[in-house]
Amino acid sequence: MKRIRAFGAFWYDFVIGDDWRGAAVVAAAIAVTAVLVAAGVNAWWLLPVSVLAALGWSLRRATAGKAP
Amino acid sequence: MNALPLVLTVFVACAVEAVEALTIVLAAGLTREWRSTFQGMAVALVVLAGVVAIVGPALTLVPLQPLRLVVGALLAVFGLQWLRKAVLRASGYKELHDETGIFARQVAAAKTAGEVRRGRVSDWYAFTLSFKGVLLEGLEVVFIALTFGASQHSIGWAAVGAVSAVVLVAAVGVAVRAPLARVPENSMKFAVGVMLTSFGVFWGAEGAGAAWPGNDAALLVIVPLTLLMALGYVALLRRARQVAAGASPVAVGASAGSGPGPAARPEEDGR
Repeated sequence: MKRIRAFGAFWYDFVIGDDWRGAAVVAAAIAVTAVLVAAGVNAWWLLPVSVLAALGWSLRRATAGKAP
Repeated sequence: MNALPLVLTVFVACAVEAVEALTIVLAAGLTREWRSTFQGMAVALVVLAGVVAIVGPALTLVPLQPLRLVVGALLAVFGLQWLRKAVLRASGYKELHDETGIFARQVAAAKTAGEVRRGRVSDWYAFTLSFKGVLLEGLEVVFIALTFGASQHSIGWAAVGAVSAVVLVAAVGVAVRAPLARVPENSMKFAVGVMLTSFGVFWGAEGAGAAWPGNDAALLVIVPLTLLMALGYVALLRRARQVAAGASPVAVGASAGSGPGPAARPEEDGR
């Protein structure tokens, strides 16, 4: 059990890393893109906008209160 | 799609990882002993070859659209991490990646560790240090090469990029016998973060069923846009640091110069 947990923790850190919110935004944006495409909207723009916004959000969280 | 961007991206990403693995191998070999170091490296390479042999052919059997969905999502998440750390480094909120410093820390730790023999390995510390270094950095190489290669159905070209980077770094490492501190690693990591994120976004949206205007040519817009946004975030964070330093007279002296200031956090991993 301990080894399975360590294995999972390794892959979590490898792919997702310090901020899980970025991964959540990517997953949500891809899901919404798929829904919009199925509804007839070619939502190619949603993922780039979401990812770049997630980067800004993550940077804001990482630097909040850490300025000299 | 032209194979050149694929080969170049995989080459740069793999060169960065190979430089990091080389630093660890050199620290183990020069400080402890080469035989156990090479044994650790060889076992790690066998494990990595096994991963490639199993996962590589399996990926070629998956239909392209679901493959791009999964790979795009993984690359976007993975790339976002690289880019986040690259922006934090460039803006001074995180220590720059410094191979000389990492090498010095590894050497100091290797000098103090005791010598334990296990089976055919005469120095277990050198073996595990080398094994872990090569395996962990190598897994990133394998991950990037396989995801990029599979998404374009050109694992062969991705392998060309990955293998040539590893061979080049290994050859220079053998010649120099010192960590490759002059390689512009931080800039390379920034570029890799931009490319991983851009390709992740491109394939992720395609995998979800969206059609990019201009098809593959959309990457000619996505990559520069991602780069510009990342540089914009760097400029904003630098400005915020300068403003905060100006408002705090005690911190001004400490934060002067181009290096990371007191807010910088030490390097956590290889990205």
